[in-house]
Amino acid sequence: MTDTLVQGTHSASSRPEGSRPGAVLRRAEARPIIEIQDVVKTFGDFVAVDQVSLTIREGELFALLGGSGCGKTTLLRMLAGFERPTAGRILIGGQDMTQVPPYDRPVNMMFQSYALFPHMSVEANVAFGLRQDSLPKAEIRDRVRQMLDLVQLGPFAKRKPHHLSGGQRQRVALARSLAKHPKVLLLDEPLAALDKKLREQTQLELVGIQERVGTTFVVVTHDQEEAMTMADRVAIMDSGRIIQVDTPHALYEYPNTRYVAEFFGTVNMFQGQLIEDEPDHILIRSDALANPVYVGHGISARGGATVWVALRPEKLAISRVQPDSPHNWDQGIVEDIVYLGGISTYHIRLDSGALARVTTQNLERMAEPDITWDDRVFVSWRHDNTVVVTG
Amino acid sequence: MSGAGEGPGHGLGGRPTTGARTRSIAEAAWAAAGRDGERNGHGRTRLQWLMARFGRGTVIGIPYIWLLLFFLLPFLIVLKISFAEFRIGLPPYTPLLEWIEGGYLQIKLAFGNFLFLLDDPLYVVAYLNSLKVALVSTLIALLIGYPMAYAIARASPTWRAVYLLLVILPFWTSFLIRVYAWIGILKNNGLINNALISLGLIDSPLPLLNTEVSLYIGIVYSYLPFMVLPLYATLEKMDIALIEAAADLGCRPFKAFLTVTLPLSMPGIVAGSMLVFIPAVGEFVIPDLLGGAGTLMIGKVLWSEFFNNRDWPVASAVAIAMLIFLVIPIVVFQYYQHKHAERAEES
Repeated sequence: MTDTLVQGTHSASSRPEGSRPGAVLRRAEARPIIEIQDVVKTFGDFVAVDQVSLTIREGELFALLGGSGCGKTTLLRMLAGFERPTAGRILIGGQDMTQVPPYDRPVNMMFQSYALFPHMSVEANVAFGLRQDSLPKAEIRDRVRQMLDLVQLGPFAKRKPHHLSGGQRQRVALARSLAKHPKVLLLDEPLAALDKKLREQTQLELVGIQERVGTTFVVVTHDQEEAMTMADRVAIMDSGRIIQVDTPHALYEYPNTRYVAEFFGTVNMFQGQLIEDEPDHILIRSDALANPVYVGHGISARGGATVWVALRPEKLAISRVQPDSPHNWDQGIVEDIVYLGGISTYHIRLDSGALARVTTQNLERMAEPDITWDDRVFVSWRHDNTVVVTG
Repeated sequence: MSGAGEGPGHGLGGRPTTGARTRSIAEAAWAAAGRDGERNGHGRTRLQWLMARFGRGTVIGIPYIWLLLFFLLPFLIVLKISFAEFRIGLPPYTPLLEWIEGGYLQIKLAFGNFLFLLDDPLYVVAYLNSLKVALVSTLIALLIGYPMAYAIARASPTWRAVYLLLVILPFWTSFLIRVYAWIGILKNNGLINNALISLGLIDSPLPLLNTEVSLYIGIVYSYLPFMVLPLYATLEKMDIALIEAAADLGCRPFKAFLTVTLPLSMPGIVAGSMLVFIPAVGEFVIPDLLGGAGTLMIGKVLWSEFFNNRDWPVASAVAIAMLIFLVIPIVVFQYYQHKHAERAEES
């Protein structure tokens, strides 16, 4: 890619604000641009979107994340105006847009299939939206050139879409949807049609473009990594409901449910009972773990309640030496080692029969791994790295 | 058809019946196909070898032989007759080639038939009228067929099948019977006139049958499916997201239709129009049964030349001239299709 875009991506990738609480506060001060209020959408008996309320702020790169059929695309299509909510309201820029047809909404959409007009050149595709506003010809020409420069497609202006590669088509679609300077850009799985390498590169490019134009982006994706890479905030959806809305960092480290913990990253999940419930600590006993789990803060659950202990693989440590703590460790046999270059994942079969996944970094090039298949090892974790969820 | 060509055919059918050589090849092929994995020295099964050797030729050859026998040959006969002269006898025209005294082969080409077509305004008028009737019918069929095809393409899959069946359903009845049925509907004491009179809307029957109106009704009715089906095929393939994208970019529905749907359905419009226009030009049965006394169409003229005047050479000349008139739109159509196919290939 070219210099300008790469610069954009660098500043994007190095910005920590997406995961810094300060940045969230700053965003929180921004004006809400989209307000979704108690929106329900049913198709016959099927409830696609179930009582969703959500506020998206101006200038945000917001991701709707969920598996297929979770309602994220339906929600996006309601923002675009292709579907009317069964109940509830949608405000865009403070105005009620619930009943406004798509052609009168100040939002534009980038389609998953790109939906480029096959009988028009790249230029005509980008100009299409501007022509609808009857702008002067010279202005349309300038705006089209600006947009094509933004996505590095200037030399391809006269080509028809089918003469372009997948990545180029994706950028034409982006230029076309940005040409009208919409208040909000809706992106439906914008990178799904690209191969892995191009996708990773384009994720950062998209962020760079978003920072430059300052438009609010709402991205629908099923790819957790994509959401993490790009979004300031992520809403996780399941069965038509929003489960949690937060920064990628908060979703990963403070999931509010088992679903979020498991969907957003890899996790070792152990079911247990709350056996000691104090304001400053709790103790959990799990059938899967030999020793009780100690957590240094209280939770809002009664003693005896069923809870789940969520442990991220990279927060577990393995060693041949038995920890001398009464809590937060177990032992088992190394069943499998998945070598991924930078990291390795150890699959440890605990004595209870449960499986624990532990990732370690391969920091030394020549180092011989001291733990190998069928070794008996101890798995331990710090109490403040333990996440407890109640449902 | 060669014996070798039949070989794989019988082999596939599994029932070799003709010729010892054919049978042995076919049985070998059948056996090879049955026993998976048995291969000859070249690493392919015998059947694959046979298919590779003769299969393609057979598949391409059969339709060409068919066209040669039943299209080109009769055409050449008609062409030959068109250059002959009328005479009373059997056959009712003079021969083209004749041995005359002194061992000469005499070729006699009578261009008089073609000149006669230009001479008598009847033929020119009939040609032009046929073109007009075909053109107007095609336009009416397009105006009726396009919304139909559009509605079918946008209907739910279950209903789509029902609607398509309804479009094709008339073909279950003979074309001739359906045209006759229109006489019953349109005649003076027919369905429409009786209904209007009993409703008290009119006192005396409207002259519907044997007018231009009834002619157009007949042609449009008969050829409408040929317009709807290719239009449906193109409209159904079109990505709905394109219309949504147009709407999303601020385009109102009707303008989106004009700027996106209509240009993209052009191949269907061209195909459907050709399928209506070409047979409508030469149509004989509908103008004969539903058209008026003044309806002059080339198909009807052709018929009366052959069967009333029994002037085969002039009738043949009319047929050849009509064919030439029709070849032009076909060539245009082919050119358009070719261009479209090329475009599709590129993408």
